[in-house]
Amino acid sequence: MALRRDWVYENNGGTCVAIAGLDYCVVAADTRLSVGYSIYTRDHSKICKLADKCVLASSGFQGDMKALQKNLAARHLIYQHQHNKQMSCPAMARLLSNTLYYKRFFPYYTFNILGGLDDEGKGCVYTYDAVGSYERVGYSCQGTGGALIMPVLDNQLKSPSPLLLPARDAVTPLLESEAVDLIKDVFASATERDIYTGDKLEIIVINAAGIRSELMDLRKD
Amino acid sequence: MKTIVFISTSRKFVVSPNERLISRLAVIVISRISKVATPVSSNLTVVCLGIAADRSASYQSLSISDMMEKAWVDAPLKGGFNFDLCRRNEMLSGKGIRLPGFRKTGTTIVGLIFEDGVILGADTRATEGPIVADKNCEKIHYMAPNIYCCGAGTAADTEAVTDMVSSQLQLHRYATGRESRVITALTLLKSHLFSYQGYVSAALVLGGVDVTGPHLHTVYPHGSTDTLPFATMGSGSLAAMAVFESKFKEGLSREEGIQIVCEAICSGIFNDLGSGSNVDVCVITKGKTEYLRNHQLPNPRTYISSRGYSFAKGHTEVLSTKIIPLKPKFEVAEGDVMEE
Repeated sequence: MALRRDWVYENNGGTCVAIAGLDYCVVAADTRLSVGYSIYTRDHSKICKLADKCVLASSGFQGDMKALQKNLAARHLIYQHQHNKQMSCPAMARLLSNTLYYKRFFPYYTFNILGGLDDEGKGCVYTYDAVGSYERVGYSCQGTGGALIMPVLDNQLKSPSPLLLPARDAVTPLLESEAVDLIKDVFASATERDIYTGDKLEIIVINAAGIRSELMDLRKD
Repeated sequence: MKTIVFISTSRKFVVSPNERLISRLAVIVISRISKVATPVSSNLTVVCLGIAADRSASYQSLSISDMMEKAWVDAPLKGGFNFDLCRRNEMLSGKGIRLPGFRKTGTTIVGLIFEDGVILGADTRATEGPIVADKNCEKIHYMAPNIYCCGAGTAADTEAVTDMVSSQLQLHRYATGRESRVITALTLLKSHLFSYQGYVSAALVLGGVDVTGPHLHTVYPHGSTDTLPFATMGSGSLAAMAVFESKFKEGLSREEGIQIVCEAICSGIFNDLGSGSNVDVCVITKGKTEYLRNHQLPNPRTYISSRGYSFAKGHTEVLSTKIIPLKPKFEVAEGDVMEE
């Protein structure tokens, strides 16, 4: 594979957040696509539905986001043909990690969060770096507004240390409606201070009933 | 990366140069940041971030100016910037040490001439990189009662340069007893900016009405100027100019003028990420100036949580506690305790 010779990436901004609950998972991202001081579009979805109980939210370079989504969708199609079922969220999480690490020296310049329900129907959130390191967590955020939002989530949704033995459950204690409310509020706040976050908020809620999506307005300046 | 904590304490708890006798809480906080918190005079402590050498230079100059103020020392100051540290900074950046940035605001500022005078407009966002540092700053600066000036570029430069010129204009008015002219302000601004070869990064839209009529000028950081019927500056200048080019005509009424200025600023606010928040407008006519601060507020917060937040104690685990007394406590065995 060709080694990276020059900086061939752009950062198109944007912020993603996901929260896992006992029987639900909320994934949200803003819809602004920008570069430098310009807005390319106010209506670009950063969230991709990969399976019935598994969605991917990514920020970073839009070209790589699209390529990654396409790659995962194709791999998922092959999986369905071979196994006659949909991929589980933990399986998709591993596939995403491997896909990212496969391009270790010419990475997809994307920062991903995978959210959904696991085999037991519990909410799960997987958070990644650009080259495939990943971890199952109770909540996470990525992107340009990530540093503004993360401390608030830490304060509101403090999770047990992943080093504790026996392993504790990482899901948050909030109700679904409370988690959605928190996400709307942290995005409204991040939009006040991060120039790359704004326009609209797309919220996806996954629970036993299926997938539901919601849109909320954010500041447009 | 460093985090600073400011703790407001009563005067006797403030750190002083010799006795670092402060409240226990402050001891812990200040000792963590003792490298950055430095007393400059007996009742003032300053906290700076950045390169250590620059920090100590700032503290030193603050202490000196404090002493000068006390002793009324009037030492002759050399004019101009000091470039002594340029070679050091070059060497440091060669070694991969990034120098701290300064608040360079992405901005939309505009001005136009209408039938009775001049209208200036500005957005109110100040940014530091991708972060909004101030959501409601003032970018239309006072120069004289009949002259105002919008500033884009480095916030410190636009403020310093407009303050300096407005002071010179005031003195000139005292000396002559006449109203200031826009051309005087323009000349003072451009000669200052030119002599600094563009290092004072102030891009300005200067407008006013004087005895010779309404005037509007743009001033670039290197000192070149333009005289125009309508002007825009800053990172949102293209978005704003698009509105002016399509809607400006000669002899606009006051209401039409304000409308077009607001539209141009809004165009910058919504299409340029460096500009945002509210619209400030300043209308200058013969003998009258109206400063319409926050004339429009097109960007309210879109969501407020109905639940509110509670911040329970214990979110940060205390792993261990250790208190180090910086000065041994003496007890007075006999006599009265001295009053403070």
